[in-house]
Amino acid sequence: MSRRTSLGAALGLGSAKEGASHWWAERISAVALIPLGLWLLFSMAILVGSNNADFLGAVDWIAVPFNAVMLILFIATVSYHSALGVQVVIEDYVQGSLKVVSLVLQKFAHVAAAAAGIFSVLKIALGS
Amino acid sequence: MPDANRPLSPHLQIYRWQITMILSIVHRTSGVALSVGLLLLVLWLITAATGPESYTRLRELLASPLGVVVLAGFIFALSFHLCNGIRHLFWDIGKGFEIPQYHASGWAVIIVSLLLTATVLAIGSGVLA
Repeated sequence: MSRRTSLGAALGLGSAKEGASHWWAERISAVALIPLGLWLLFSMAILVGSNNADFLGAVDWIAVPFNAVMLILFIATVSYHSALGVQVVIEDYVQGSLKVVSLVLQKFAHVAAAAAGIFSVLKIALGS
Repeated sequence: MPDANRPLSPHLQIYRWQITMILSIVHRTSGVALSVGLLLLVLWLITAATGPESYTRLRELLASPLGVVVLAGFIFALSFHLCNGIRHLFWDIGKGFEIPQYHASGWAVIIVSLLLTATVLAIGSGVLA
């Protein structure tokens, strides 16, 4: 049973329906990062352990279509998840105008890191 | 306007240290550390896309004793954050809220994340590959 009044609903008052969106986004990206994170851990370990982590070995590995797609998925998802997490840490510990500045800067940094990482994978995988 | 000098919660110094609060703190710490680790992963990809000189310079840095310790730290941070994250997801669907379950799942996270770290390090050092 809704406790909202008809007048409140008509005026668009009350919850904006986005109260849980940050929480949900963090959980959904976390679920996606379980397989992606395990893949990164083990495939990078195998790359290093099989003595293929020199320049040519790494470039060949990144250029494999499956690896390139997984790397792009991992970078995009982990950047998103990391931005959500760092946002909460800043909200908890930083106060005043520094809080707003650091919240904006951390988001810029995450988008920049994701763009640089994904571009590098594409440059290697698509050759040039 | 709230008093700017009011004490901030929580007062860590009055609590007895327990596994639950330690894992909670390590979850956040490892998360922040992994945000830095993301930058290292991106740097690795940038150097691979740039050329052999910059790639080899980073590779030699990471192969140094300090570099290996840093990498092992990131591997543990990822293993722990992943395992404890799964623990959080179980809480999110309403499971594991009894106190003995808190402690059991906490110890399981510590053991599994250490085993995962050891396995990844063993593969990376060529022992299992």
